[in-house]
Amino acid sequence: MVTNMDVVQLSRLQFGLTAMYHFLFVPLTLGLSVLLAIMESIYVTTGRTIWRDMTRFWGTLFGINFALGVATGLTMEFEFGTNWAYYAHYVGDIFGAPLAIEGLMAFFLEATFIGLFFFGWKRLTRVQHLATTVLMALGTNLSALWILIANGWMQYPVGARFNIATMRMEVTDFYAVLFNPVAQAKFVHTVSAGYVTGSMFVLSVSAFYLLRGRYRGLAIRSMTIAASFGLASALSVVVLGDESGYMAGLNQKMKIAAIEAMWQTEPAPASFTVIGIPNIDTHETDDAIRVPWVLGLIATRSLHGQVEGIDNLVSQAELQIKSGMIAYGAMQTLRAHPDDATARAAFNAHVDDLGYALLLKRYTPNVTDAGEDQIANAALDTIPPVMPLFFTFRIMVALGFYFIALFGTMFVLASRRNLERHRWLLHVCLWSLPLPWIAAELGWVVAEVGRQPWTIDGVLPTFLSVSSVPAWNVWISIAGFVLFYSVLAVVEVYLMVRTIRQGPGMTPRPAGPAIAAVAAE
Amino acid sequence: MTEYEFLRLLWWAVLGVLLIGIAVMDGFDMGTAILLPVVGHTDMQRRVVINTVGPVWEGNQVWLILGGGAIFAAWPPLYAVAFSGFYLAMLLLLLSLILRPVGFKYRSKLEGTRWRTTWDTALFLGGLVPALVFGVAFGNTLQGVPFRFDDTLRMTYTGTLFELFNPFALLCGLVSVAMLTMHGATWLACKTEGVVRRRAQHAGIIAALVLAVLFILGGVWAARLDGYVLQSFAGVDAPSNPLTKHVVRQAGALMNNYAAEPWTKAAPAIGIAGALLTALLVSLRRLRGLAFVASGLSIAGVIATAGVSLFPFLLPSSLDPDSSLTVWDASSSATTLLVMTVATAIFLPIVLAYTAWVYRVLRGPVTAADIEADPHMTY
Repeated sequence: MVTNMDVVQLSRLQFGLTAMYHFLFVPLTLGLSVLLAIMESIYVTTGRTIWRDMTRFWGTLFGINFALGVATGLTMEFEFGTNWAYYAHYVGDIFGAPLAIEGLMAFFLEATFIGLFFFGWKRLTRVQHLATTVLMALGTNLSALWILIANGWMQYPVGARFNIATMRMEVTDFYAVLFNPVAQAKFVHTVSAGYVTGSMFVLSVSAFYLLRGRYRGLAIRSMTIAASFGLASALSVVVLGDESGYMAGLNQKMKIAAIEAMWQTEPAPASFTVIGIPNIDTHETDDAIRVPWVLGLIATRSLHGQVEGIDNLVSQAELQIKSGMIAYGAMQTLRAHPDDATARAAFNAHVDDLGYALLLKRYTPNVTDAGEDQIANAALDTIPPVMPLFFTFRIMVALGFYFIALFGTMFVLASRRNLERHRWLLHVCLWSLPLPWIAAELGWVVAEVGRQPWTIDGVLPTFLSVSSVPAWNVWISIAGFVLFYSVLAVVEVYLMVRTIRQGPGMTPRPAGPAIAAVAAE
Repeated sequence: MTEYEFLRLLWWAVLGVLLIGIAVMDGFDMGTAILLPVVGHTDMQRRVVINTVGPVWEGNQVWLILGGGAIFAAWPPLYAVAFSGFYLAMLLLLLSLILRPVGFKYRSKLEGTRWRTTWDTALFLGGLVPALVFGVAFGNTLQGVPFRFDDTLRMTYTGTLFELFNPFALLCGLVSVAMLTMHGATWLACKTEGVVRRRAQHAGIIAALVLAVLFILGGVWAARLDGYVLQSFAGVDAPSNPLTKHVVRQAGALMNNYAAEPWTKAAPAIGIAGALLTALLVSLRRLRGLAFVASGLSIAGVIATAGVSLFPFLLPSSLDPDSSLTVWDASSSATTLLVMTVATAIFLPIVLAYTAWVYRVLRGPVTAADIEADPHMTY
């Protein structure tokens, strides 16, 4: 069995495109849902109607965004079956459960109450409506938890074992899948990134109103909430990003080494390369600016822990491939003679490396007859693309620190009730709008490109995971998605901008000279 | 009965319940969308129709998402084969499903006539195409589809998109469209007033009668089709590997279960009786709510009929019958099924409870006055 590499590349392209498109809507949904709950809580506790109007206004924008989030999320679920059928067979026993539980526990909550959020204002008491909003936000955040448990398992596949009888991975310890440390770190990191996005959205749109001198009461209050919630979230995103780094250091050594473009193992504690240009040919990083000790501290949280370099990890992969070949050979024997005790012992001893043997399927379908250079090539395949990882990671981290600075500044101004003092800062807030999306998308690039060449780290190579569909089918679906998604993106942005320009549709309170100036026009 | 056998039977039943859940809950949204051009002639009438499902379609759609997730978790090979085998049909289904959420949300955000009629068409297609594709998928499942596994359990599928739309499958597609149209009509009969309601009631009667006729026709046809019979297999609690059995094709085999267990004839009987009852009740002033229930029962009967006819098969293979997927060789491990059972037992009652509460809050018909009173929040 050799899969068609065209289908592999096309399926990756399609999944990457649709996933990144989906994640344009998800972080805003995550962040805005919590901000809505905060705003409405203030309304219910203080009884001031402006907070209700704010909830309704930001809620309208939330609704426009939510519709596309739901629609594009459906695509993701379908694609595991349509484009990654062998993956669905091979790990469905583990990967399917969090997806199903996500539906039961989270999607129902979020989707049932979002309808009531919009239609329930007159039918519910204040407290009932607040409860609706809170449950909606809870559902949104829980769905992130379950999908990241699923994704965390792809990065760090715990609690599962290969079963020869069924030719797939099966759960041995569901508790381990559930409380996977990688999944927990990723959940908090991702959700915080969503909060940053929601906060930045509110901050930027409010800055737009203040610059225009419109809806000042709404804008200042919104900005204050966004600045404080955004600061807390931006701090959490960076700190929990560090947690993700630590977890990756424990479990995905190759990913860390590739992000750092660290070819050789350095004496502990390893230095962190702030910036430089990785040279794929010489295995050096040119013009590098390094900070001593930092990487070693992040990845191992000690002064003695080794952060292993790429070349070293490739040699280890070679050993694992050879071990996996023994498991693969034993598996073939066991399938013909299930009672062969020697083969059973060999299989049990080497089954953890079976995935590494599957890397050889690109070079020889029989696996066990691989030559030394084929093994060497397969080992080199375990290096993810170094260049994109090196740069995307650095841009993402830089943006993270920028968010802390911006939200921090606005938080200080808000606590001094002086948000409008510096007009240039309002411009900065406005033009910072796209940055959280860029950071979030780059974050996924780091996580998923860094996982290559695997769909399930060390277990199932990406090129084996695809469906046996003709390449032209995938071309058609890519064309369909590009066309459809482009039209929807245009419509979405148009409606968003229009709703923002129209504003909350309430009478602006005459306050401040800017309002008077607009009124005079 | 061993634990694994029980769990497999249980999840076969849960699969049925979820499919019925999709058809009953998401189905009335789709039926409503199909009826949109029929019952809504003016913009306001159409807004009324759309706003009857406005607050609930998102929750209803989760039945579909959950159905997909549950098949993935409980029947991974079925998920792999059905989704990749029906690749282009799935794409068609997906794109039409994407039209719905955006159609609901965006239609009434702008005033223009062209803008709104465009989204009305999108909503109509978003109801019609999924209803048709679901039925066609069932029609093909009953006949068997051309796939086989190699020894690593990698599946190849040799059919084409056009072969999916064969005459029997198209008939099943029409059954599905009639069924969901009927169901949408009973929903509108409860949730609207005046001329829109009268049109919906008429449409409901027609759809219910068409459903009854087409369903009986489908049954007569299915009795003449080739079915599949399990000759030997590894056991009801053996590890899930579809290549461990022998299956033969046999004319009329889709009727075997009804002959062996006559009580299962209740499924088609409920399907037909429910439809006839719906036609009777939908126009009665006080019994409109019962018509919705009767219509739901009819849906349950129709879907159960397909399940009983196939059992123990989930998806037979016409290319290599031995590769067929059955309840005994296409499930997850016992551990995963157990985890899913516990999760369902905890969360499904909670879901049903708050869903019921939301429907109670939103009870009563939607009128033009409601929409004019709150133009920013309604669709």
